[in-house]
Amino acid sequence: MRNTFADTFYELGKADERLAVVVADISPAGSIARFREDFPERFVNTGVAEQVMIGLCAGMAMRGMRPFAYTIATFAVFRPYEMIRCDLCYQDLPVTVVGIGGGVTYSTLGATHHAMEDVALMTGLPNMSVIAPCDPAEAAAATRWLATENHHPAYLRLGKAGEPDLTSGAEPFVVGRIRTLRAGRGTAFLSYGPITKTALELADRIGERDGVPATVVSVHTIKPLDAEGIARILATHDRVVTIEEHVPHGGLASRVKEIAFDTRASCEVATFTLQDSFVHCYGSHADLLARHGLSATAIGTAIGL
Amino acid sequence: MAVDDRDIEAAKRRCRRYRHRILDISQRVSALHVAPAFSCIEIVDAVYNILMRRDPDGALLLDGFVMSKGHGVMAQYVALEDLGIMPTAEVERYCQPDGLLGAHPDYGNPGIEASTGSLGHGLAIAAGMAYADRLQGKAERDTYVVIGDGEAQEGSIWEAVMMAPNLGLGNLVVFLDFNDYQGLGRTTETHPHFYPVAEKVAAFGWEAVDIDGHDTSAIVAAVAGRRRDRPLMAVCRTVKGKGVSFMIDAPIWHYRSPNPAEYAQALAELAAEEGMA
Repeated sequence: MRNTFADTFYELGKADERLAVVVADISPAGSIARFREDFPERFVNTGVAEQVMIGLCAGMAMRGMRPFAYTIATFAVFRPYEMIRCDLCYQDLPVTVVGIGGGVTYSTLGATHHAMEDVALMTGLPNMSVIAPCDPAEAAAATRWLATENHHPAYLRLGKAGEPDLTSGAEPFVVGRIRTLRAGRGTAFLSYGPITKTALELADRIGERDGVPATVVSVHTIKPLDAEGIARILATHDRVVTIEEHVPHGGLASRVKEIAFDTRASCEVATFTLQDSFVHCYGSHADLLARHGLSATAIGTAIGL
Repeated sequence: MAVDDRDIEAAKRRCRRYRHRILDISQRVSALHVAPAFSCIEIVDAVYNILMRRDPDGALLLDGFVMSKGHGVMAQYVALEDLGIMPTAEVERYCQPDGLLGAHPDYGNPGIEASTGSLGHGLAIAAGMAYADRLQGKAERDTYVVIGDGEAQEGSIWEAVMMAPNLGLGNLVVFLDFNDYQGLGRTTETHPHFYPVAEKVAAFGWEAVDIDGHDTSAIVAAVAGRRRDRPLMAVCRTVKGKGVSFMIDAPIWHYRSPNPAEYAQALAELAAEEGMA
């Protein structure tokens, strides 16, 4: 996902001199390293200094450029949050904040490196869009949209490298619209980010067991949220299950419940999120998710599989 | 660029006019940052009226200006009004619900290039502007910034101070309004080891000078004589509340508006200064 972002950004940046990337001491992966070599002036490293990373991007955007601020999600969001709010959102500037390692991706590094509340914080900001692709193809499509069509602040929440393709054959990616990856009946899974893979696995198991396929939807755009699309899913399924790598408050879980209440939905709603706690566990990404109750096995058991 | 005696007299007249205008506005609202605007009046005047380049019609400013100490915005409003950029009707509606102007700069209002008010933001933004200008082949465009001395305690200011010389921003000029006051007293008492400032900024790779921030010719000379291979910070010794005796060194005037008697006295002092000129 990280490399797909880099490849896409490199190609777009080659053609558009307004595109620049401002990083805060993050080693430039893949094509971002190539971008740095080919366009050294449009690659800025502020060092371990995230506030000036955002401020520089704001000033560059005011002069007609389209900067991307890029670092680990926790440092992209939490440390310079007030700069994101005042410099980018209050002034409504076309700057994309790219956070890599959303959720508990950096599993062994401790909660200082876990972006567990980033979606809540970023969706709380006026003018901000929040996009969390589920696979490399969605990351590429989101990057293209952000670099060419978006004129406002945005947060792109990425995973790491090596995520599998989950969306080949799915309907087209449209920012602000939920995207059905698999159409089914009965149960619908709503998810965003790489953990969408777990939703697909569970849907497969339901399909094998019942002979009726479950629906799987990528809610890649958390803001602006496609409330109509979600209301439609709620109205046409018996059970809606949300799965996200984010704390319970301010993410997809609470938004889906709001929409269910507002539309008087009669279906069952089950939500699976990270716990509202810092988990002191140091293992693989899967180990961390399991400790938070987000393994396919734990969710499967909870929904009667 | 040099200024002669006539230019200096004209600047003094403008600055008295600005102070008078701010005092007038102060009579319509309960709270207004009078004193923090008065300390940077000469700086703001020099930027807008002497340092900034204009297009041939004279209406459009070709250089950039960011009031990072957003609570000094009254100085900016009245200078922009004087230039015909800020409509008088809007200045009259200052802090009124049907107006555009608030107590801090709001990006998109006439002549206002950045929203500030939260301290420690404007320097990085201005550095981004200056860097983008250079990338786009417009390095002749200068970007001016006014930061406060209390504001210089923000960590983000030092991130930007460290970064601007790395980017070779010879087109960035910062005025530090060293009026020696912040909310709880003198900045030299809050952070005594921070002073003198200029040598510290110079150690980060800036050109740094100490000047009298109420001396228009010193302000212009510092900018005109700069090296242009690195950013300039002019540490401007100023007086908070400059121009009105009872506002000087009295922290209450950071935010208070004068009552009618105080207003009359302030105007009398400005008039007396005019008479002496």
